[in-house]
Amino acid sequence: MKPGYYFWSGDIAAAEGAIFAGCRFYAGYPITPSSEIAERMALRLPQVGGKFIEMEDEIGSIAAIIGASWTGEKVMTATSGPGISLMNENIGLAAMTEVPIVIVNAMRGAPSTGLPTLVGQGDLMQAKWGSHGSYEIISLYPDSVQETFDLMVDAFNYAEKYRVPVLFLIDGMLAHMYEKIYVPPEDAVERIERKRPTKPPGEQLIYEPDEDLIPPMPRIGEGYKIHASGLTHNEKGYPELTPQAQERLIRRLNDKIRKHAEEIWKVEEYRTDNADVIVVAMGSNARAVRTAVDEARKEGIKAGLLRPITIWPFPYKYIEKYAVDYIVAEINYGQIYHKVKEYASGNVELLPKMGGELHTPQEILHALRRYKK
Amino acid sequence: MISAGKKSTMELLREEVESLLRIDRLPHVWCPGCGIGITLNAFLRALIRAKIDPNKTVVVSGIGCTGRAAGYVNMDSFHTTHGRAIPFAVGIKFARPELNVVVFSGDGDLFAIGGNHFVNAARRNHDILVIAVNNFTYGMTGGQHGPTTPTGAYTTTTPYGNPDRPFNIPHLAISLGAPYVARWTTYHLMQLQNSIYTALHRKGFRVIEVISQCPTVYGRRNEMKSPLEMMEYFRKFSVRKDDATFDEMELTYNGRIVVGVFRDVQGIPTYEERYNDIIRRAQK
Ligand SMILES: Cc1ncc(C[n+]2csc(CCOP(=O)(O)OP(=O)(O)O)c2C)c(N)n1
Ligand code: SF4
Ligand SMILES: [Mg+2]
Repeated sequence: MKPGYYFWSGDIAAAEGAIFAGCRFYAGYPITPSSEIAERMALRLPQVGGKFIEMEDEIGSIAAIIGASWTGEKVMTATSGPGISLMNENIGLAAMTEVPIVIVNAMRGAPSTGLPTLVGQGDLMQAKWGSHGSYEIISLYPDSVQETFDLMVDAFNYAEKYRVPVLFLIDGMLAHMYEKIYVPPEDAVERIERKRPTKPPGEQLIYEPDEDLIPPMPRIGEGYKIHASGLTHNEKGYPELTPQAQERLIRRLNDKIRKHAEEIWKVEEYRTDNADVIVVAMGSNARAVRTAVDEARKEGIKAGLLRPITIWPFPYKYIEKYAVDYIVAEINYGQIYHKVKEYASGNVELLPKMGGELHTPQEILHALRRYKK
Repeated sequence: MISAGKKSTMELLREEVESLLRIDRLPHVWCPGCGIGITLNAFLRALIRAKIDPNKTVVVSGIGCTGRAAGYVNMDSFHTTHGRAIPFAVGIKFARPELNVVVFSGDGDLFAIGGNHFVNAARRNHDILVIAVNNFTYGMTGGQHGPTTPTGAYTTTTPYGNPDRPFNIPHLAISLGAPYVARWTTYHLMQLQNSIYTALHRKGFRVIEVISQCPTVYGRRNEMKSPLEMMEYFRKFSVRKDDATFDEMELTYNGRIVVGVFRDVQGIPTYEERYNDIIRRAQK
């Protein structure tokens, strides 16, 4: 895209942001409210020499992007709740075999088919815990069309750098909302590529990590004779079905993210200085909170907003930083609330909403008034 | 006469086959007398004869006894999730059409849990060779019945005989327009190897079904305790009929096995070729 101003929905911004970040391979299966991402990719990818394929289902879609990622491409798929549920087994495969992939989840009212066209935030825990086993992924969640575009570059950079699936959350509101957005010049951002092997084929062990705990990643067809398996494996990539190999591998897969958590954290702190009460809110739900915080301040309530943009790994130090009472406003019946409770020193109140609509500024303000000192 | 120090053709071939195996991973997990090794051997020999660069060849497997094949080939190889070998391979092939992509997996993996992918990948005519080892059962999990278990067969989940009806795999593949469709048994060593060799030179979604013995969990429940008895069955009951009708291709319990090359047509554009046109149009 030429640099300049555009009027885009969150879905279009997600697709364009991905292309801007270097994504050249997309496989997907349509589902509201993410379908426009697939439509945009179908239109745009072949224009830039990329590939788009509509698969038979979400399981096939994620399998295809994992395969394609091994050829060296930056890859993406997009879906919503029911599709994410289907993808979870292969999210585990990508985590276990350390394949960079980006998955967009446009969250809608859930569980099950729920509210296909309306907003929800019920997949926050699933993003982290959806597949079986103990593993780490990275999850990001913007609150505007502009941030969706910009954050896509980070999503691909993280996926490539840490060789990990990145779950890029948006929500039904953001997906379909149109806003003015600025596309910067091509060279205005840094794009990270996965580490390449430094040793020639034969000498490079496929899963031998460097000091940063991340192994370099060869491409298919370069002679490295890659073997990747979802079975517990050793540095050669060969299955090794022992508690010792499991301990080594699973610990490293988790630590490679945990040890870099602070580099991955992105958080917006809005009027949190000297606050007595801070609302934790994410995605499009944070927009009403910002308005409510401004109103509350006018009424003499020292309120603030803490908006995790990085949802996983959870930016807990930001919670620990403030000795305040927290209100967690989320469009589910209590998910990130539990994380905040784990790290807060003061009171933590849950302000839930089951889905279909966001909090209104009045609802937030009403809650904040209880904290007037 | 073979003089001392000079290697026989057999020895040379053996060395070549070994170079395509991850020798450091042996011994393999397969039972003595299992047909999967025979099939893998046929594939590797065909690859050698076809002079295809192993560095440009990718083997993708799902989960199962057959799925372990990817772990033994000394090429880029992927042991994926149960049923997902085909879409994984589709991603590789579509991203890099110059690679030679082979799916090597079991009947349950490809036709039960992965059936939807098989059907749709065949329909789209992706340029992939599928070697489907049909041992009539889920070997890895202990011999339950699957989508290819003949009606009447005894398995751990059909203790009174199988009420279910098996897939007619060649029929299925042909109905989807797959350009190369063949069936052999592990008894048909040379025919199988020749067929893989031919298929390696063809384009599009190529399917080779290999009827294979699983003496350990299937044969012994179905009057064929030893690998030899199963091979005897394959020898005695198979007939070659390239122009077999769909009914003739149907497999019955311990009945006749019609083998052959049922379809071999050329010139059907692959998905990858058709997408090249899309790129041209998009960039106009
Ligand atoms: C999602 C999922 N379901 C079930 C299993 C258990 N499982 C492993 S292999 C297998 C069947 C394999 O049968 P087949 O593909 O015919 O291979 P074979 O072992 O006979 O070669 C099953 C059911 C699994 N690994 N993953
Ligand atoms: S269980 Fe059957 S299919 Fe599996 S290795 Fe043994 S003989 Fe082969
Ligand atoms: Mg089987």
